Amino acid sequence: MKQYSYFPGCTLKEKARELDLYARQCAEKLGFSLQELPQWQCCGAVYPMASDEIAPKLSAVRALEKARQQGQDLITVCAACHHVIKRVNDDMKQGGDIADRANRYLGFDTPYEGQTKVVHYLEVLRDEIGFDAIRARVEKPLTGEKIGAYYGCMLLRPSGVMQFDDPESPSVLENLLAALGADPVEFPMRNECCGGYRVVDDAQAAGHTARRVIENALKNGVEELVTACPLCRYNLKKVAGGQIRVSYFTEVLARALGLLKEGGINA
Amino acid sequence: MTVTEKEVSRQILQLSGANANLCIRCGRCTAACPVAGQMDQKPHRFASLLLHGQADTLLRSNSIWLCLSCMACSERCPRGVDPARLVEGVRQYAVRPRGMAHFSPDQVPDVVDDEMPQQALMAALRKYRK
Ligand code: SF4
Ligand code: SF4
Repeated sequence: MKQYSYFPGCTLKEKARELDLYARQCAEKLGFSLQELPQWQCCGAVYPMASDEIAPKLSAVRALEKARQQGQDLITVCAACHHVIKRVNDDMKQGGDIADRANRYLGFDTPYEGQTKVVHYLEVLRDEIGFDAIRARVEKPLTGEKIGAYYGCMLLRPSGVMQFDDPESPSVLENLLAALGADPVEFPMRNECCGGYRVVDDAQAAGHTARRVIENALKNGVEELVTACPLCRYNLKKVAGGQIRVSYFTEVLARALGLLKEGGINA
Repeated sequence: MTVTEKEVSRQILQLSGANANLCIRCGRCTAACPVAGQMDQKPHRFASLLLHGQADTLLRSNSIWLCLSCMACSERCPRGVDPARLVEGVRQYAVRPRGMAHFSPDQVPDVVDDEMPQQALMAALRKYRK
């Protein structure tokens, strides 16, 4: 069973426990396992774009280096953690001033130069397990369920670094949903922003942005949305008003794999 | 000594790490931006204003607080300018001196509810203050 070094992230340890638990259970059932990194620290939630930022990237570099020591790929489930860690890894790979200074500060025996492969859970499902193998493990197919895949921003952009899927026409989530027996519904705004962190500053304005996504999904006949991002889920749920259920992709995966018991997590 | 607007613009360009001088003002970034409609300075103006030494216009704009860092502009820019970095550069320049912080930890109790993920607060604290 292939083992991955797993970076759960703060949100998955608190408000998004389901995302974490289902991810672990589904992995075991599908034949890979998540080994939580010792003493990981918050990824910082947003990638620090300014050219002089080093300190806010260090926790990601530490996690990447630990995974290198373990000789394993670094897996994440949260879209935001994945985004930050993947981009910081790219910075380390590119080398240059920021990478040099980060290495000097952290003082690793061997400089970290982006050797670790950073993978999102969905990429493992697609590229390593394969949708046919997943289809074969489905116990409770989601027949007739009109589920819309909401990608948001972090997994897809910037596509040059993220290399996750086609940024304008992604398909990994739809293909997963199809393998689970659902009726995936493609809707145009699936890769538009949910309002993001703006909800903290101006909840009404963020709600306006999120509502555009929900309305677009409704218009296209979506009954349930799935996402990999806790903040997307929060923003979308807030304005969905019960019209659309908003779930983590791992929840529907667990449902289809028969890992949910009545009344919640089969922990 | 007061720093001239021209010098501020230069510093922001450097801080951003973006390729402002490749901008052809095609407006694709603005077309892609989900909140451009409410911005008083649209994303496609950032490169040219900074190159012309007019950072104050951007530092005063609501755009830097409305931006969601969704990267749609950068993804769709045909020239590889990375306009999201220009917005971030201006925002960082604005929040780094403490006075211009747009959000304070004191506000946290007013905005959180039971379901808000930590990710939201962490991101807001990173984006709106230093
Ligand atoms: S899309 Fe790029 S080239 Fe076009 S106006 Fe925006 S930044 Fe300039
Ligand atoms: S990153 Fe900011 S400026 Fe660029 S499209 Fe998104 S919200 Fe608009």
